Amino acid sequence: MPSIQCFGRCLPERVVTNAELAATIGRDAEWILQASGIEERRVAGADQTVVDLAVAAARDCLERTSVSSVGFVIVASGTSPRRFPGPAAEVAHALGFAGIPALDLPYASTGGLFGMALAAELAPVHGPVLIVAAEKMFQPASTAPAEVAMLFGDGAGACLITPDHTGLRVLDAALHSDGSNAANLSMDLTGPVSMHGLAVIRHAGRRLPEVIQELLTKHAVAPGAVTAYLTHQANQNLIDRVARALNVPSGLFYSNIHRYGNTSSASILIAASEWGETTKLQAGDTICFAAFGAGFHWGGLLARQA
Amino acid sequence: MTRQEKIAEIVKRVSKKPAPPDPEESLFDSGYLDSFALTDMVTELEQEFGLTIPDADLSPRRFESIARIEQYVDSHAD
Repeated sequence: MPSIQCFGRCLPERVVTNAELAATIGRDAEWILQASGIEERRVAGADQTVVDLAVAAARDCLERTSVSSVGFVIVASGTSPRRFPGPAAEVAHALGFAGIPALDLPYASTGGLFGMALAAELAPVHGPVLIVAAEKMFQPASTAPAEVAMLFGDGAGACLITPDHTGLRVLDAALHSDGSNAANLSMDLTGPVSMHGLAVIRHAGRRLPEVIQELLTKHAVAPGAVTAYLTHQANQNLIDRVARALNVPSGLFYSNIHRYGNTSSASILIAASEWGETTKLQAGDTICFAAFGAGFHWGGLLARQA
Repeated sequence: MTRQEKIAEIVKRVSKKPAPPDPEESLFDSGYLDSFALTDMVTELEQEFGLTIPDADLSPRRFESIARIEQYVDSHAD
């Protein structure tokens, strides 16, 4: 049973507040806050690449463990600047992991979660698996309609999963995809993000509680017995809606969207990284990860502290 | 209860407002609906009137007021 050993993150220094963004998208700062729960987001410099963000998050993750080498690297990004190659091989090279397989996941919001689920399958064969998710979403979203442009920020997160039976053990994952909704949330190589927001809200509001309940029912865990929910940070109103659907307090859902906005694939790992720094898990504590996004893809992952 | 009264009840319920709006009043300008409440309302309309409302029909303009919603339901219900 593979285990999650640690997380890491990298957030660009530049902060763009709602007040600053409001002037460019024709809405006021309070409207952005009410519609999304976002107060500010981070924005990378023009010379700071997806690879740069990914490498910094990976180093932050690896500094938190005694594991010095990995057997597989997965890099999720929906904002890779090239059709090919994706950033995975470059990230592995920059980290000094030459020669090991490096896999790109060209996903958006679910990239971090799908990467974790894949890593849990790969770790028993390849040894420690490093998952990194890195995005520069702010710029390509900036020319989209205000309801979309207000949401996104830049950042990267990372996670190390090992074959060990210690730490936060991965119990199970449930992953789903439905390509009939591909056009409802998409972006070509140069942007802008194209989003049918109402369709995304409708499907995310249904699929996230469903997949969480699917996992919890399978493992006989009541929604209220989960220690913490760590989910893709899409919109605070969506997080609150999922909590209501599961009949649990919103406080069980860790949230940092007010500070970083929606960082797409990176958000779940950035959230887990911050959450992990302030949390001391007890044996038996159960953590539920979940994400929904472009594809549509959605899924959940259940982990329990050894 | 008429179809319009049923729609007004649904709007009142999903908006968590004490009273339903006037039939011609904008549900968005008056604060009855936002993007999240709209999707809740659509789910309830589907259940109440046996409709399947496709994603392509999800637009604020189509559900702008109780009168507009009634027009939509009239043209899609059996």
